[in-house]
Amino acid sequence: MADVILKPTGNFDLTVEAEVVTPDNFAGKTTEEIGKLLVWQGPKEYPLTDFFSVQGNGGNSAEDTTIIVDGDIPRVKRIGQEMTAGRVLIKGSAGMHMGSGMKGGEIIIEGDADSWAGMEMKGGSIHIKGNTKDHLGCAYRGSWKGMSGGRITVDGDAVSQVGGGLTGGEIVIGGSVKHFCGIRINGGLIVVKGNAVRTVGAEMTGGTIVIGGCIERFTPGFEMTGVESDLKFNDIECPGEYKKFTGDYAIPQKGKGTLYVSCENNECL
Amino acid sequence: MVHKNIICPVCGGSCDDVQIDLDTKNRTIDVQNACKMGNAKFQEVVSNHRLLKPTIRENGKVKEVSWDEALEMAADILVNARRPFFFLGSETSCEAQEVGLHIAEYLGGPADSNATICHGPTVMGIQESGMVGATAGQAKNRADMVVYWGVNALESMPRHMSKYGVFPRGYWTKRGRFDRTMVTVDPRVTPTAIASDLHLQLNPNSDYELLSALFTILNGREPHPSVEEITGIPISVMKQTVEMMKESNYVAIYVGLGVSSSYGKHRNIEIALNLVKELNNYTKCNIGALRGHCNVAGFNQLASYLYGYPFGLDFMKGYPRYNPGETTCVDLLREKDVDAAFVMSADLVNHIPADSAKYLAEIPMVCIDIAPCPTTTASDVVLPGVIDAMECDGTFYRLDNVPVYFEPFTDSPFPETKSNEDTLKQLFAKIKARKEA
Repeated sequence: MADVILKPTGNFDLTVEAEVVTPDNFAGKTTEEIGKLLVWQGPKEYPLTDFFSVQGNGGNSAEDTTIIVDGDIPRVKRIGQEMTAGRVLIKGSAGMHMGSGMKGGEIIIEGDADSWAGMEMKGGSIHIKGNTKDHLGCAYRGSWKGMSGGRITVDGDAVSQVGGGLTGGEIVIGGSVKHFCGIRINGGLIVVKGNAVRTVGAEMTGGTIVIGGCIERFTPGFEMTGVESDLKFNDIECPGEYKKFTGDYAIPQKGKGTLYVSCENNECL
Repeated sequence: MVHKNIICPVCGGSCDDVQIDLDTKNRTIDVQNACKMGNAKFQEVVSNHRLLKPTIRENGKVKEVSWDEALEMAADILVNARRPFFFLGSETSCEAQEVGLHIAEYLGGPADSNATICHGPTVMGIQESGMVGATAGQAKNRADMVVYWGVNALESMPRHMSKYGVFPRGYWTKRGRFDRTMVTVDPRVTPTAIASDLHLQLNPNSDYELLSALFTILNGREPHPSVEEITGIPISVMKQTVEMMKESNYVAIYVGLGVSSSYGKHRNIEIALNLVKELNNYTKCNIGALRGHCNVAGFNQLASYLYGYPFGLDFMKGYPRYNPGETTCVDLLREKDVDAAFVMSADLVNHIPADSAKYLAEIPMVCIDIAPCPTTTASDVVLPGVIDAMECDGTFYRLDNVPVYFEPFTDSPFPETKSNEDTLKQLFAKIKARKEA
């Protein structure tokens, strides 16, 4: 394994788009070659060394390459975009579009991640140890298909539109979510261990959502079909009793989506 | 002199029947047919507070300069910026907005318009779902059920109800108001709600749940009983509303900012559009937004056909990109992701959140406006604006996306420019000269 360490040193007064920072691009390159890769700030491109100090060479292949960002980079976007293998470790907070469209490999963010993390990802895994914002694993604006494979794990909270248009893969949120969690999903699995505010599973036509906490405002188009206990989806376990709903009948489909809601925290439903 | 059939440059209604009598000697104007808002705007053409001289701010002091000096300084600000932001307001013609978009593309900056702080979510909803639309005339002649959802038309677009919506006698609605059922969905008891036959007084921010429940009922299912408490509307009333819609010959739904700017934003619009699509299995139904400014729809049309996206365009990489929340006005300013601004025909400082307005006031700003406002005060260069539909010709897009060509009844007060389009073309020439030098 070869580690490439990037330490933020530059002026991030305007946000930087660094879609070149992926193990695929770093593989087979020397420190110097990596430093010459171009990133965008405003309408101009600058070498990576204008913003980061670079240490270490890339591995022989993407699998052998680990990128370690040693610091907070909330104003750097698109790291790990479309990556297919290897590892990215961010020892701080990350900007928008982390790992969007990624196909494989692993991203670990030790701090918070901004919106659009794992947008339309197809494989691999993202682990956010802090909180994240909107559109986690969501579809791009106007698209109906979001994340289709892989796994996103968030230890903290997410905000709105988690997993919008999900067609496959898993999203596990340790904390809470707000609005439109699992909007228009037709496959895959979303597990939220905390609470949700409203419109969970709105317009869903397939897939599974599990809410371990309380739903403040339930989506109208769901019908209860029974109670199940101790849910298990491969290695993801959801202990306790859950009310099982199907829907969303608000759209003219056959209600093939499944929504599990914790019995203990939602007595009123 | 009396001029007839003048287009009103205020709200999205773009009324085309205004009659004015302009007395240039005594500087008075008499306006017929326009509403209060329209009349006030027409008075601007003879007002005393009109901006007539370009100004620049030098060492904190504002001074009057020649047009050429002001344009030179404006070009300097925009060319020297690393990421200039263009806000092409909607109170001017499509022709001027088009030049503005081309400058933004040339300099690689983001460009946005009033839709971003107005009906942007509606446009995003249309992008998600598609829209069953109709021109205002279709709805006037056919609609026997009118729904005002989240809009107080009587006060925000005063002539809508009398010109298109409720009162006019249409071909198939010959008795006017008596041939129409009027429903208002609004958390407040507005004059529009008082004038309607049925007022669904839902709880604030529960539009999505109500639409979702109506849709569930339309699909022959029973909505979850919790929806009564969430929306504050009994399920029996929802069922009655759906039946009324199905039994009508033609339902025209008009949405306002109450739908697109309450919690859920474009998702509210998206499900409303889907509901309308499904209602067309039972009857004719169309939906339209009551747009706020005379040409706010124009920017969406223009940007869509020129660059593929309706607003919030970012030309940073040389090709247009679009992501509301990232490339839109308020977000760019809040994130301090631009370092200069060009604001045309929109008092932007007055209309955005305080944090964004504060940053906008900090960065160098060029502004085109007709009257003093917070934006002109915060600007480094102020270029006086020409009033569209009064002093120059051009095109607006009406609320139903119908282009309306307007002609002037008087001339531009400035010998240096004929219109905002002309001003922008002069500015673009100076920008190009600097960049290519």
